[in-house]
Amino acid sequence: MSEEQIKNLEQQFEARIARDEKIEPKDWMPEKYRKTHIRQISQHAHSEIVGMLPEGNWITRAPSLRRKVALLAKVQDEAGHGLYLYSACETLGVSRNELYEQLHTGKAKYSSIFNYPTITWADMGAIGWLVDGAAIINQVPLCSTSYGPYARAMIRVCKEESFHQRQGFEIMMKLANGTPEQKELAQDALNRWWWPSLMMLGPTDAESVHTEQSMKWKLKRKSNDDLRQQFIDQTVPQADLIGLTIPDPNLKWNEERGSYDFGEINWDEFWQVVKGHGPCNKERIDARVNAWNNGEWVRDAAVAYADKKATKKQRQAV
Amino acid sequence: MKENLYNYILGIADNSLILGQRMGELTGHGPSLEIDIACTNISLDLFGQVRSYYQYAAKIAGDGRTEDDIAMLRKERDYLNVLLVEQPNTDFAYTIARQYLFDVYHAMFLTALQSSHDITLSAIATKSIKEVSYHQRFSSDWIKRLGDGTNESKLKIQNAVNTLWTYTDELFHQTEADKAMVTEHIGVDVTQLKKAYYQKVTSLLTEAALEVPKLKWFQKGGKSGIHTEHLGYLLSDLQYMQRTYPNMEW
Repeated sequence: MSEEQIKNLEQQFEARIARDEKIEPKDWMPEKYRKTHIRQISQHAHSEIVGMLPEGNWITRAPSLRRKVALLAKVQDEAGHGLYLYSACETLGVSRNELYEQLHTGKAKYSSIFNYPTITWADMGAIGWLVDGAAIINQVPLCSTSYGPYARAMIRVCKEESFHQRQGFEIMMKLANGTPEQKELAQDALNRWWWPSLMMLGPTDAESVHTEQSMKWKLKRKSNDDLRQQFIDQTVPQADLIGLTIPDPNLKWNEERGSYDFGEINWDEFWQVVKGHGPCNKERIDARVNAWNNGEWVRDAAVAYADKKATKKQRQAV
Repeated sequence: MKENLYNYILGIADNSLILGQRMGELTGHGPSLEIDIACTNISLDLFGQVRSYYQYAAKIAGDGRTEDDIAMLRKERDYLNVLLVEQPNTDFAYTIARQYLFDVYHAMFLTALQSSHDITLSAIATKSIKEVSYHQRFSSDWIKRLGDGTNESKLKIQNAVNTLWTYTDELFHQTEADKAMVTEHIGVDVTQLKKAYYQKVTSLLTEAALEVPKLKWFQKGGKSGIHTEHLGYLLSDLQYMQRTYPNMEW
């Protein structure tokens, strides 16, 4: 294809996106679009799968049968999200195994927040309320992103995430209204998860490298700082409602802006965790790698069995 | 309180509780995403059944105890599950063999329990049988895949079946509560299920190119609360929150 033809295709492509048309797997797309989408969708899929670990940590110790069932269902939903996000990614011409390889070798990233430990039951509430809350703010705009399979996957993901968030808030509310010991668990969890949740919405706009192009492709519709502000404005009244204190002495309502002013985020901590030196980075990747390596003989057996079946069927047909 | 009925329900429910807990340990660590989802699903089904049974048992006890008290605040010797379900997830072959050896029994048991004169138990059985038929399909498919897959998988699943076989006979032992409930047409006579069980299991193992273990000696004790050493650790996790933070709502 000549350079001019490519340029022409690119123009048509950008025009389709501008008209809010969906791009489908078999449509022509610029290589950069494909690569950016593989990166973002797989990062999202990896976050779901790694995100199963900190919560999975409490399945066997959930305090009641009702909570245990809800937690199992939630973690299972995350596996489901991973599954359809990996599938959406596969439509861009990359296999799930390649994507796993990238995760296992540290080439691909996942949401940094899952590198923090879940040390008490209240962390199940804080993750649902704050982490899923921040995730929804990030993800709702993606329901109308330009790549069809991703947009459709996100519609389902968002419905389930919003259920998870309510569930998490309900855990926190119950603790906050419980005994002094329970309230202390809730406050301690909020103290530990608040700042990482703010960081989860990404570096400040000045430091964010992918924003401009992503905005054009509707992979991103608001800047990180706007999303963060939206998250804070939405969450502070919820904390007030259940009598918990946001661990930020500089948090203050700004009448003029109609938003909360907030304190300085510790970006050194953010970059430390992103670069692989958070409290649980090693544990999380080890857990994924172990599951994958320990499961190899199982997957091999399934393939060998299917091959034998197929050969047998072929012979019968002859 | 109808003590026999209460103990009878616990005998059924504890199997699902302990197996559900074992399957829940695997969430997030399965050999593939699809298997992970399936194992979590089995765990969810079992805990759903557990809740129905314990809620009913709590009603029979009638002294204010709740499903969670029954699930999480008994002493080790008061759990009445069979030894089979408490065996650990040594590897995926053990998980599947344990599941399969229990599923075949569970499906037969629930089929019979549907005719119970106790309408609550009969209703729980009718609801659960659909779930358990799926569990059985999942575990038998995997027995076949592993048995007739690679040499390694064959060896692993054969080892697991050989090790767990010793716990199968207990499924067909009758407790005092069992006997009393059979007389009242509430309970299932498990001794009647034994022949069909071994026929079914033998037929599948043969299809999966596996040897059927020839054992003369079997382990028992779970139904009277004498467990293997594995159960204590499982209970430490299961009971942790209720023991550490007593008398609170969650």
